[in-house]
Amino acid sequence: MRHIIGILMENESGALSRVAGLFSARGYNIESLTVAPTDDPTLSRLTLVTSGSDEIVEQIVKQLNKLVDVVKLMDLTEYRHIEREMMMVKLRVGRDDRDEVKRLTDIFRGRIIDVSAATYVVELTGDSAKLDAFIEALRPFEVLEVVRSGVMGIARGDVALKI
Amino acid sequence: MRLSGGVRAPTLTTFTVAGDQTVELTGAEIFVRCLQEEGVDLIFGYPGGAVLHIYDALYKQDKVAHILVRHEQGAIHAAEGYAKSTDKPGVALVTSGPGATNAITGIADAYMDSVPLVVFTGQVPTHLIGNDAFQEVDTVGITRPCVKHNFLVKNVKELATVIKKAFYVATSGRPGPVVVDIPKDVTAHKAEFSYPKTIRMRSYNPTIKGHSGQIRKAIDLILTARQPIIYTGGGVILGRASKSLTDFTRLLGYPITNTLMGLGGYPATDKLNVGMLGMHGTYEANMAMHHADLVIAIGARFDDRVTGNIEKFCPYARIVHVDVDPSSISKNVKVDVPIVGQVDNVLKAMIKEIKADPRKPDAEALKAWWKQINEWRAMDCLKYDRESKLIKPQHVIESLWKATKGDAFVTSDVGQHQMWAAQFYRFDKPNRWINSGGLGTMGFGLPAAMGVQLAHPGATVACITGEASIQMCIQELSTCLQYQLPIKVVNLNNRYMGMVRQWQEFFYQGRYAMSYMDALPDFVMLAEAYGHVGMRIENPGDVEGALKEALKLKDRLVFMDFITDQSENVYPMIPAGAGQNEMILV
Ligand SMILES: Cc1cc2nc3c(=O)[nH]c(=O)nc-3n(C[C@H](O)[C@H](O)[C@H](O)COP(=O)(O)OP(=O)(O)OC[C@H]3O[C@@H](n4cnc5c(N)ncnc54)[C@H](O)[C@@H]3O)c2cc1C
Ligand SMILES: Cc1ncc(C[n+]2csc(CCOP(=O)(O)OP(=O)(O)O)c2C)c(N)n1
Ligand SMILES: [Mg+2]
Repeated sequence: MRHIIGILMENESGALSRVAGLFSARGYNIESLTVAPTDDPTLSRLTLVTSGSDEIVEQIVKQLNKLVDVVKLMDLTEYRHIEREMMMVKLRVGRDDRDEVKRLTDIFRGRIIDVSAATYVVELTGDSAKLDAFIEALRPFEVLEVVRSGVMGIARGDVALKI
Repeated sequence: MRLSGGVRAPTLTTFTVAGDQTVELTGAEIFVRCLQEEGVDLIFGYPGGAVLHIYDALYKQDKVAHILVRHEQGAIHAAEGYAKSTDKPGVALVTSGPGATNAITGIADAYMDSVPLVVFTGQVPTHLIGNDAFQEVDTVGITRPCVKHNFLVKNVKELATVIKKAFYVATSGRPGPVVVDIPKDVTAHKAEFSYPKTIRMRSYNPTIKGHSGQIRKAIDLILTARQPIIYTGGGVILGRASKSLTDFTRLLGYPITNTLMGLGGYPATDKLNVGMLGMHGTYEANMAMHHADLVIAIGARFDDRVTGNIEKFCPYARIVHVDVDPSSISKNVKVDVPIVGQVDNVLKAMIKEIKADPRKPDAEALKAWWKQINEWRAMDCLKYDRESKLIKPQHVIESLWKATKGDAFVTSDVGQHQMWAAQFYRFDKPNRWINSGGLGTMGFGLPAAMGVQLAHPGATVACITGEASIQMCIQELSTCLQYQLPIKVVNLNNRYMGMVRQWQEFFYQGRYAMSYMDALPDFVMLAEAYGHVGMRIENPGDVEGALKEALKLKDRLVFMDFITDQSENVYPMIPAGAGQNEMILV
């Protein structure tokens, strides 16, 4: 099953490589991994998307907790939660394509954030499935670049991952 | 034993000037002061460019002795031997680049066996890091997968705190090696020195006490079991819990088995002990595990050498598992009652509960269970040919056990000799059996024995080895001379990488690819060349006498080269893929 794990980690150099190294050394899947400092600059927040059987995910959580720099973590899959991913897509748009791309972007509640004589950059935020669907919808056009942030997650309601 | 070498300058003692202002110290001086504050009396190391400031600071004091090894791998194994035989962490110091890479095998070894070590590595100056500078390697990167934690100290102001953290992390929770990488400029820069008395890390809080609800659940299973077995491991030794384990086991009267790493946690000669379990464990231990209805696992990690085929492991048993590391629990085998905590703490709590509980173990069931176990015991699975014209390796170990009254510290290398040592030297005390289990590092035995001997100057320390293993760190014979370490090396010389040969005999139809040790040195001459006493023993009748003579030489290292039966195999054995009830007996 797919799991999305939120992690608070000491914002030390090399922290990210400890997580990445753990996953490669133990052969766990990483679908995506995002990281950035939080409002408290000594802490980084990571969101990790992985998949595996219950036993494997149990080990993943234990192994992550065992990393000395990990302060706290939470398997968001166990809670009601929100997932968001951001994407930027650069497209080659001929004169005839512009209207259709604009229309699709609106339908997906995206924004065109850069325009040149021959290209658009579209920004879109949502869960991963929505981003996939947008890329699918863009198939008739010439996609030059896709940049995705990887998933970020947060629990709904009172539940919070904090120290 | 001589610990110091060379002339020493006066000790650096005063660090204050008029007005009681603290003078700033260099990183190198801070390093030395930190070791002193930690109560470190001995470190193992090898100098080089990146650590020269540190060596200079070491030279100017006399509280921390430094043992000069002949290869950095030896420094780490020696530190392991020191740590495994005492209740203190081992400390090593090596230079950057090749010094650090030579240390890696030892660090990985300590990681696998959870040995508390603090390893200091020199690093190129901070402004050169990342430049492919002379003798630069990414030590933090290389060691990351085989340390409990590591640090790169970028600022001299952090040095004391990082060292405090390193000792704390290495020795608490599930112990392990911690690497501290120190760039050369940091050892020259100055800062005010103060060593933190205590340290708190918000990201690191190992559990100590077991959950009381879990303990009660365990007691329910323990007091209602009909065919129980206690299975204990290195955690009992690491957690100094053998006294509590002994009380716990005797209170219940249940059979107990130890892993290779757990030997000595409960007296081997006691009748409740059914011996080691696993691939080369006893028939009775493995059969009892297979037929048990309750397995009480304590500080053991269900290693594949123990479980055999996991599908066939303990088919009838419920499992209680006490371990300080949650990731050891239900990793290989799903358990019914996990208890996270320090073994000693949990055992004491369990003993209290059991004593207060009106229920008692079912005496009838236990009697029948012991009857069954004693039938398995009667198979005498460790029997060997005592009439042989060739020296049997088992005979040598048994004789060593008798000659040392079972009270020596015994280190081992890796191979058949290691298994025979485990089977035939019966450890009644913890911290006496020092070997490499998890990584299985040939070359471990001799340097580990140095660490043990330095920690226990008057004690008998034997290193059981094979002609292949000993050559992997043979250079340490020179260290042994320098510090006059009277280790007794017992070389079970079968002219083969015996363990490899045995597998080739059993599983590759006797195609002995590269397992014959050709062109062996004359070990007697070799020992003498290093300044020690050498003996060659070729007849079974001479074994006892030679051991006695060697043990009499209290202040000399004696290298005993026993020419043993080449074709001997380690029995019994669970072949790969088989279950615990499918042992090959002789
Ligand atoms: C050639 C060869 C053959 C081998 N054959 C065998 C064999 O037949 N049988 C065998 O048993 N082994 C054998 N081994 C060794 C095997 O590879 C493992 O190293 C060993 O089985 C592991 O022992 P352990 O389970 O006691 O764990 P250890 O590696 O000693 O781990 C200790 C466990 O205790 C926990 N712990 C540590 N401190 C505490 C504490 N204070 N409180 C609570 N828990 C704590 C740790 O978290 C860990 O889970 C062999 C090795 C070699 C090289
Ligand atoms: C560094 C290292 N390399 C290879 C091995 C694989 N190995 C395990 S046992 C063994 C043979 C050991 O031979 P010896 O020291 O003579 O002991 P014996 O088995 O003959 O008693 C080998 C090569 C190992 N454990 N460690
Ligand atoms: Mg051999």
